[in-house]
Amino acid sequence: MSREQQAVAQARKAFETGRSRSLEYRVLQLKNLQRLFLEKQKEISDASKKDLNKSEVGTQLFETLGLEGEISLAIQKLKEWAAPRPVEKNLLTLSDTVYIQPEPLGVVLIIGAWNYPWAVTIQPLIGAIAAGNAAVVKPSEVCVHTAKVMEDLLPLYLDKELYPVVTGGVPETQELLRQRFDHIFYTGNSMVGKVIMEAAAKHLTPVTLELGGKSPCYIDKNCDISIACRRITWGKYTNCGQTCIAPDYILCEPSIQDRVIEEVKKSIKDFYTDNPKTCPDYGRIINQRHFKRIMGLLKDSTVAAGGDNDESNCFIGPIVLRDVKPEATVMQEEIFGPLLPILPVSGLDEAIKFINKGEKPLALYVFSADEKVYLSITTADLHMCHFLLNLLYFNSKNYLQKVYE
Amino acid sequence: SERASELYEILVLEAELHLSITRLAEWAAPRPVEKNLFTLLDEVYVKPEPLGVVLIIGPWNYPWSLTLLPLVGAIAAGNAAILKPSEISSNSSKVMEELLPLYLDKDLYQVVEGGVPEAQELLKQRFDHIFYTGSIAVGKLVMEAAARHLTPVTLELGGKSPCYIDKNCDVGIACRRITWAKLINCGQTCIAPDFILCEPSVLNRVVEEIKKCIKEFYADSTKTSDDYGRIINQRQFKRLVGLMEGCTIAFGGDADEAQGYIGPTVLKNVTGESKVMQEEIFGPLLPIITVNSVDEAIQFINEREKPLVLYVFSHDNKLIKKVIAETSSGALVANDCVVHFLDSALPFGGVGHSGMGRYRGRHTFDQLSNLRSCMIKQLRMEGLNSMRYPPHTAKKLSWARRFVLSHLNVQRLRNMVMLAMLASLAAFVVQRFLR
Repeated sequence: MSREQQAVAQARKAFETGRSRSLEYRVLQLKNLQRLFLEKQKEISDASKKDLNKSEVGTQLFETLGLEGEISLAIQKLKEWAAPRPVEKNLLTLSDTVYIQPEPLGVVLIIGAWNYPWAVTIQPLIGAIAAGNAAVVKPSEVCVHTAKVMEDLLPLYLDKELYPVVTGGVPETQELLRQRFDHIFYTGNSMVGKVIMEAAAKHLTPVTLELGGKSPCYIDKNCDISIACRRITWGKYTNCGQTCIAPDYILCEPSIQDRVIEEVKKSIKDFYTDNPKTCPDYGRIINQRHFKRIMGLLKDSTVAAGGDNDESNCFIGPIVLRDVKPEATVMQEEIFGPLLPILPVSGLDEAIKFINKGEKPLALYVFSADEKVYLSITTADLHMCHFLLNLLYFNSKNYLQKVYE
Repeated sequence: SERASELYEILVLEAELHLSITRLAEWAAPRPVEKNLFTLLDEVYVKPEPLGVVLIIGPWNYPWSLTLLPLVGAIAAGNAAILKPSEISSNSSKVMEELLPLYLDKDLYQVVEGGVPEAQELLKQRFDHIFYTGSIAVGKLVMEAAARHLTPVTLELGGKSPCYIDKNCDVGIACRRITWAKLINCGQTCIAPDFILCEPSVLNRVVEEIKKCIKEFYADSTKTSDDYGRIINQRQFKRLVGLMEGCTIAFGGDADEAQGYIGPTVLKNVTGESKVMQEEIFGPLLPIITVNSVDEAIQFINEREKPLVLYVFSHDNKLIKKVIAETSSGALVANDCVVHFLDSALPFGGVGHSGMGRYRGRHTFDQLSNLRSCMIKQLRMEGLNSMRYPPHTAKKLSWARRFVLSHLNVQRLRNMVMLAMLASLAAFVVQRFLR
């Protein structure tokens, strides 16, 4: 039996003992997880710094704080969530008891990502535990140090059999995907998402796929451009652009392009000083492969700001590109890096048309003081998954997701 | 029979249409979500939107209701839809292809007839959702095809739905309901009670009661009764006859291949290894397996795939709760069969091999919609955002911690404020007018 097979078999056996059915047991596990974040902040931050040059405060703010909030919420609300949910009665069911009873699914596989490894791997785990499941946690091997910390720490706080951590790369993941699960929760890219769903189909396992794409950001010329650009700058360059819901590119009228560039430059300076390379709050690209990929995206666009980079350090400073064309290399894939292209459009209608030509994004951002603008976008024939006016922060309660059932 | 078609197929569609028409405005409206400290001043809601083009692949057993119920939801949710009715119920498929374009938008809602090659060609195309009702084997193929386009799927599959009869219940009424449910459409119902589990002491009583009910429902002969159905085709007929091997026929067993007729048949001396227990029966054979207790029944059920529905007949609420707590299934019905499908308030669907996704009533609408999360903020109060901007300091972090970890129940706060206002208004009225 392979290591992966063993972990899954053990988790299933542990699930079948029924111990995760009791709410008390689930709350106990959640409270233990809470303690992990209170007691092991240093180990977590050290690993984050090595993987992505996240500062200690940055790791807490953008990763673990949200988790603490989610755990706290789950503990508080578990009884309510797990209780039978009465449904509307009708003439035929007047004298009956009709309700929906939430139950655990069984063994859940959680495949994490490397950009916010704690947030995107542990958030689903919190839900899995709360729902009474066993869970096999497969952290991304790309964030090498954090994966090791997860492998070391989780078994110290959680039920080792019910929630095993399985580390490894592609072969180990493939071996895991051959096993049967009751749900697979995957965060990552669309290509691998398809492979996961195909593997799940063989066992008729439902999947949740948190993927990505290019999240457009429309700036109406009549809004407060300064505040808009501040929020966009923060959303774009946090974690060096390696955020699935980062504003990927800007759409705006040519008349405000220069102003937008100025305001973004100003905010970059406010946040990351004149020399982002030495700023503790500015991250790094996860590895050389992505560094090369992102630098390659620059080739046929005009740099309006930034350009500083250092391969040995995986450092790419904040870059703004201007007058970008739809055919440009940077517009052919999700950037996932600190490049902010600006595509001039003649107005809202052209922006909507452009957005509709592409795949439905994970998030869509509109900056406008005019209610009519965002109402027309929501009612237009837009294929959007999320719509956000201004920006959200990484508060776990506001974590917007598209769920594939 | 004509009346049966109306009862079991058309009536439920009419009800669903009526419900959808009257409730559409409510279902399609933005749904505000619970606020928290961060979103106090924002508009936060979920907006249902169409997905796009939905593929609906229908089965042959209830070709009208099970193909058109999803269509009702698809239309309500604002989608376009391609219907692929089952080629096995070829007469219904033809009628559907002729009639639907006479009443519905021909471009938005198309009927594509055909068999396996046509279905495979359809599955190569890209859809925004695929709704499939049918077998487990094909369900896997549909999901695999959908994976290539990252298309979400709803799979209404099947399996063996167990039916446990507690020896202390009203066996007469229980068997009446089970017999009715089993023999609708000649057992060709995905939520028919597939097999019975009961203690040996009630076995004979159960067999007797079922015999009694059959006589009552179908007079002297199921073969000549208008209300007794037929097996859909020769292939299914042969399959069902083969399932009777290795068991004792308690009664029934009549079969007429020329007519596609198999009479109601109760089987005993059935074990977990019997042929009839290896696949979903989907026919008028009712095996009875004896177990010594509800615990043994639960163990038997848990050794197998999670069913689409689990039936329990008992007066004892504790027993029913025990079965609920120790088993899993798409649905659980106590003291009746099949009727949960008629309740559009209950989401209908399976778990594990019995399927994924839910529908009926508003649930179909939600299943075939993109429930889009919307957050509308203002370009004001920028000062509040400083705790998230670099430079990241410990002080900013401690503020963020306070906000994120506060357990402010906004709804409760609002209620308390309202209460306080009402109380002061009441006090004012008392003081001013009633002194």
